[in-house]
Amino acid sequence: MSYRLQVNGEPVEVDAPGMRRLLDVLREELGLTGTKEGCGEGECGACSVLLDGAVVDACLVPICQVDGRAVTTVEGLAREGVLNALQAAFLETGGAQCGICTPGMLMAGEAFIASGAAPEEDAIREAIAGNLCRCTGYTKIIDAIALAAERRRVPG
Amino acid sequence: MKRASTRIAPPSRPAERVAPAAPALAARTAFPLRREGPAKLTGEARYADDLVFAGAWYGATIRSDDPHATLIAIDRDPDFDWSRVLIVTADEIPGENVVSLISDDQPVLVPVGGEIRHHAEPVALLAAADRSTLHAAKRRIQLRTERLPAVFDPLASTQQIAHFAIRRGDAEKGLADAELIVEGEYRVGHQEQLYIENQAMIALPRDDGGITVHGSLQCPYYIHKAMKRALNLTDAQAVVIQSETGGGFGGKEEYPSMIALHAALLARKLGKPVRMIYDRHEDISATTKRHPAIVRHRTGVTRDGELVAQEIEVVMDGGAYATLTPVVLSRGTIHAGGPYRCENVTITGRAMATNTPPNGAFRGFGAPQTEFAAEMQVNRIAEALDVSPLELRRRWAYREGDVTPTGQVLRESVAALEVLEAAAETAGFSRKRTDRRRASTSGGTRASGIGLALAWHGAGFTGAGETHLASVASIELTDVGAIRVLTASTEMGQGTKTIFPQLVAAELGIGIDEVEMAPQDTSLVPDSGPTVASRTAMVVGRILIGAARKLRARVEESSGQPFPRSYRDFAKRNGGIRIDERFEPYPGITFDEERYVGDAYPCYGWAAAVAEVEVDLDTGEVAVESVVSADDVGRVIHPVLAEGQVEGGTLQAVGYATMEEIKLADGRYLNDRLATYLIPTALDAPRITSILVEKPFSGSPHGAKGVGELPMDVAAPAVVAAIHDAVGVWIHELPATPERILAALSGASAPDTPGSEPGTRSGARANRAAPARGVDPRPEAPSDPLPLRAPQDKGGDWERDR
Ligand code: FES
Ligand code: FES
Repeated sequence: MSYRLQVNGEPVEVDAPGMRRLLDVLREELGLTGTKEGCGEGECGACSVLLDGAVVDACLVPICQVDGRAVTTVEGLAREGVLNALQAAFLETGGAQCGICTPGMLMAGEAFIASGAAPEEDAIREAIAGNLCRCTGYTKIIDAIALAAERRRVPG
Repeated sequence: MKRASTRIAPPSRPAERVAPAAPALAARTAFPLRREGPAKLTGEARYADDLVFAGAWYGATIRSDDPHATLIAIDRDPDFDWSRVLIVTADEIPGENVVSLISDDQPVLVPVGGEIRHHAEPVALLAAADRSTLHAAKRRIQLRTERLPAVFDPLASTQQIAHFAIRRGDAEKGLADAELIVEGEYRVGHQEQLYIENQAMIALPRDDGGITVHGSLQCPYYIHKAMKRALNLTDAQAVVIQSETGGGFGGKEEYPSMIALHAALLARKLGKPVRMIYDRHEDISATTKRHPAIVRHRTGVTRDGELVAQEIEVVMDGGAYATLTPVVLSRGTIHAGGPYRCENVTITGRAMATNTPPNGAFRGFGAPQTEFAAEMQVNRIAEALDVSPLELRRRWAYREGDVTPTGQVLRESVAALEVLEAAAETAGFSRKRTDRRRASTSGGTRASGIGLALAWHGAGFTGAGETHLASVASIELTDVGAIRVLTASTEMGQGTKTIFPQLVAAELGIGIDEVEMAPQDTSLVPDSGPTVASRTAMVVGRILIGAARKLRARVEESSGQPFPRSYRDFAKRNGGIRIDERFEPYPGITFDEERYVGDAYPCYGWAAAVAEVEVDLDTGEVAVESVVSADDVGRVIHPVLAEGQVEGGTLQAVGYATMEEIKLADGRYLNDRLATYLIPTALDAPRITSILVEKPFSGSPHGAKGVGELPMDVAAPAVVAAIHDAVGVWIHELPATPERILAALSGASAPDTPGSEPGTRSGARANRAAPARGVDPRPEAPSDPLPLRAPQDKGGDWERDR
């Protein structure tokens, strides 16, 4: 089957069985290996991407459900080699250690910031509760998301 | 879990330090950003599974289904088309069938006629061009076996992997003279490292007949050695290249050698690259865990709270093969007394083999197990003496000049009191404990508590380990005037690639961006030892500083100019030079490995933690609300990275304390998926405050002592102490699951309302408490020859006297 979707703003067409996981399509058909696999069962969030702006686990989404929709991956965040606000905040606060959870965390963080919610600790914890990190204790990830959200609210 | 909403101040908090600020590093004022950070943040960083090699096949491992058996045959279904599948068995191993490490007891593959010693043991290897063929083929292989009797309980095992005894003074006499003896038995179970990137290796045949492996790993030269041995390769034919590594925590210390050998055996026979990428299920069911342990204490004290004797017995479950068990046991044994001055100490440690998957390295390396027990013991003694646990530690904690159980005089860099006071003060420990005791008495369904723990952690390898390793690290001034750092020390999240350039740049007086890092590729870099034991910053950092000083001197002597202004011209005129610097033993440090006497470590790091918890009295659920961890790391090289280590290690310890548990049946891990082996999410994680304390070590030119493992030693006992403060029962077995807490509560008299009577509440109840065993994860409950867990006769008398 052939499916048309938007990936990081670009239209793409993929030929794949309908039940092929979006994660495999991204990593293997499209070469977008930034999205990671930590469990393949919807437990770790390393494979988080945005599907029409909402965070989903790409290991649980078959490609047939993505037809006509827009996917954003970690590769879609930086523009012309410049880190976006959230990526920059992660770099400043130390929110990425080994980095394997980072692409998924960034997606969860982007969705949180886009929601316009006030960057309170509880709300951020809630927003990243589906993304496991074994390195950071989450402290600096929460700091990073709060920092980026704060900068978004108070530009400059 | 509910917690008060707090608005977070946008900029990350600077590290607080209780020691005077360090002068040394030029780069101190501006801390560099994580060097490989941008690659990790944009998805450009290439982890093993992200690497693409044309024509690569997929590899899989056929594993035993028995915990102990003789392998009779490997049967292939004759109805399956095997022409599309490659199979490798033990008889095709060109070298020795052994995963080279300490004892050489673990085979790469169990041969036909050989002994299967644990569930999920590798028996045969398969490869196919596509995953569906591979999966189909896997199902068509049957192992014919004959079951042998299996042992799952280390106390029932007769097969000893390692044994240590440490003696100082006369513990027996000390106990006889003591006015109060407190006994206790403490148990800890398996813990999975649970790096988020599963184990992964890709092997490529080389033109010279050798093999190159790319993979997720901590110790390139462990794999290099294992490949030479099992595959009969020369130094140059075995090449190990680290790909970006998504966490290790010890779990990628020894098992990657096994996976690399498997991938290499397949690639060698196939003549094409082979990808051996574990999924989470295989990773949890087959790879190493933290050693379960049973630790028994008898401690003698005087009525006025002097510590006079410690008698400690440590039993670890090594699993089916030795792997790193002797070294884990050694560290666990040396640390078993906790950071406390005691004249009469006997510690015995033994590690027993069982028919369960081998246990291995995990952050803390034996110390979290034994220090949990030591801290439980101190807290229970404080309760029995009716003194504050903080006050008791103030009295007992090591100071400079004190002597450890191995007879080591702690000559310098002892910060037990500093970390203790820093953590206690920041957390408001004394005030909160008192307030809580005065708080209202009426019965809610939730109880809160606060707990404290203190720990020490020997920095670097034990004893003469570093001397035997004789690590080499190099700095090269290339002929185009670039400065390159060459080490086999791997980055896996802790920041190796940032702090090495920092140290070298500071020493050479140049900008950090002018220092390049060579890739961790054994064909390019020397063996700077494994990336373990919190040794990278302290030990390898010191070697690099030595190399940088030599390079600087060479250039300055020749040019007569300061290095920063002359090195580029020097390189143009004279060509490149490379300084290979070898580890020099720390002066005045000696250890007798036979008798276990002397300087077990060149120095120690110190950590204290205060945890606050809330316990649901109906469900037994524990919410860890906050942890303050104060860690003495010698000198802070990079506060953001060091804090990151403390925060991450603390959360792993909180998981260890409250939820992480492996259940076994017939030697098989039952909860071998991420849906069933639970680690803390952001909602389970406490607010973590890290305080970096600096008590430099004179043997390191930069003063650093290492940070990675310290926080792992200390937070779990602090959490369990806080649970006791909340509900009045001691949980003697980790993790403190709701089941164990409810069992302990029902075994005790009905829980008093927390905070009813200052001073006596917890003491009185815990002494009456029934043994808090809770649910044992093993099918047969291990035998329990010692009826411990509460102060016994003498203690009871003393309690009544009082
Ligand atoms: S890989 Fe998708 S949730 Fe873990
Ligand atoms: S940074 Fe390693 S898992 Fe999150």
